Amino acid sequence: MRLQEIAHSRTGDKGNTSNISVIAFDPKDYPLLVEQVTVERVAAHFAAIATGPVRRYELPNVGALNFVIEGALGGGVTRALTLDAHGKSLSSLMLDLEI
Amino acid sequence: MKTIRVGSGAGYSGDRIEPAVELAEKGGLHYLVFECLAERTIALAQQVKMKDPNAGYDPLLAARMRAVLPICVGNKVKIVTNMGAANPAAAAAATREIARKLGLKGLKVAAVTGDDVLAYLHDHDMALDNGKTIAAMGNSVISANAYIGAAPIVEALKGGADVVITGRAADPAIFLAPLIVEFGWTLDDWTLLGRGVLVGHLLECAGQVTGGYFADPGVKNVSDLARLGFPIGEVREDGQLVVTKVAGSGGTVTARTVKEQLLYEIHDPKAYLQPDVIADFSEVRVEEIGPNRVRVSGGKGAPKTGFLKTSVGYVDSYVGEGQISYAGPNAIARARLALEIVRERLTLTGVDITESRFDMIGVDSLHGEARTRNGDPYEVRIRVVGRTDSLAEARRIGDEVETLYTNGPAAGGGAWKSARQVVAVASALVPETAVRTAVTIMEA
Repeated sequence: MRLQEIAHSRTGDKGNTSNISVIAFDPKDYPLLVEQVTVERVAAHFAAIATGPVRRYELPNVGALNFVIEGALGGGVTRALTLDAHGKSLSSLMLDLEI
Repeated sequence: MKTIRVGSGAGYSGDRIEPAVELAEKGGLHYLVFECLAERTIALAQQVKMKDPNAGYDPLLAARMRAVLPICVGNKVKIVTNMGAANPAAAAAATREIARKLGLKGLKVAAVTGDDVLAYLHDHDMALDNGKTIAAMGNSVISANAYIGAAPIVEALKGGADVVITGRAADPAIFLAPLIVEFGWTLDDWTLLGRGVLVGHLLECAGQVTGGYFADPGVKNVSDLARLGFPIGEVREDGQLVVTKVAGSGGTVTARTVKEQLLYEIHDPKAYLQPDVIADFSEVRVEEIGPNRVRVSGGKGAPKTGFLKTSVGYVDSYVGEGQISYAGPNAIARARLALEIVRERLTLTGVDITESRFDMIGVDSLHGEARTRNGDPYEVRIRVVGRTDSLAEARRIGDEVETLYTNGPAAGGGAWKSARQVVAVASALVPETAVRTAVTIMEA
């Protein structure tokens, strides 16, 4: 299934780094997120647009993971040539992940 | 336990004004806070100030103040904002004039200054995160502003200010300061300061916690977004927060909207670096306690670093861009041909480009072509964009897209072009002891 079926997501930007949350709709699915949505899977999924590295932070109290992906914003929000310089749409790319 | 109600009247410089009016009228607020600065806003404002010493503050300041000042005075709501941008003193003077014209005699307006640290960076030839020193960047540098903390805003409020206008204060700090004043929190109570930063973090993007930047039809539904209400934080003396909004306003406040905003623009949730504290969101709990009421608890904090992040705005480059659309049978093939023609034309005519992109909007412009599913779209728009060292050179890029009308593939429509200067931002860390803030209070 696609990640969108069990989780929601929001993207934030700082410089050339994007942070993308992955939040379980149902807290019971949080362990599945921890198991399936790994740093390796996410790095591979974003390989075409981000140089990395990728870091993952776990927030069990809110049933969420927070991914910090460096080199994801075309050189930085304030100078990138990309159509979506902030990377606002990257949460949708995350939710497209097959798990 | 004492509770303070803080409303968020703007999440960015160009944000809608009616929700702030709604909050001032019906929010039962003690404070209305407007967060209006993005990373490079001050650099752009500084360019405006260089042309006009009385300008350089938020372009919507006057409209916002005219809309909310009479209501706020009537309802005893104090205002805190970073709409001062590159010129808090001029913003405060303009606000005083507006108050006088509205008959709000005696209104006290404070300007918080001192975030401009360009002279310090020059004196110490500071190195920036882009690997260059200030000296090496020469006259491309426009501005350098440190993210200042809550202390001078606290001083202004304690001095009796009804309206406090800052420049580059940290976004959460403009929410934290009223809590410090109202609850008598000390500036070394890291737990309470961490919770106050959490309050500011959740409220500072306004509609992003009440259902904006959230809706996904059929998956995450939000009603009445056209009348999206902005948030109210009910903050207890111990820092516990309930996020809510004006009854009857559009949008929704749920555990889901709050969780998304909790992690927005956060890297390590244990260490959200702020001028006043290192906030720790890692053990935060989020609970729905009623319709459009979400309780947030468990914020923590650790001692501040003693350094202030500083944003340095500089003229980076120029960017030229052109777009044109194709539709119907074979649209993608014509779009590809158009891109090839422009690529070749830019080489033939010798346009000096240091970096470029050739995108097909609707196919590969956001996340690459690998993501496209279910065959070709009915229509596609090409986008050619390139970086140059001058505006004149940048214009040549859009020109080469526009000429596709008569020189390119069949049935290209809706050509559009632009050329602009790119003001970018780099950052540095400045010791807080090097930053001297000041508060000036003026009376209408």
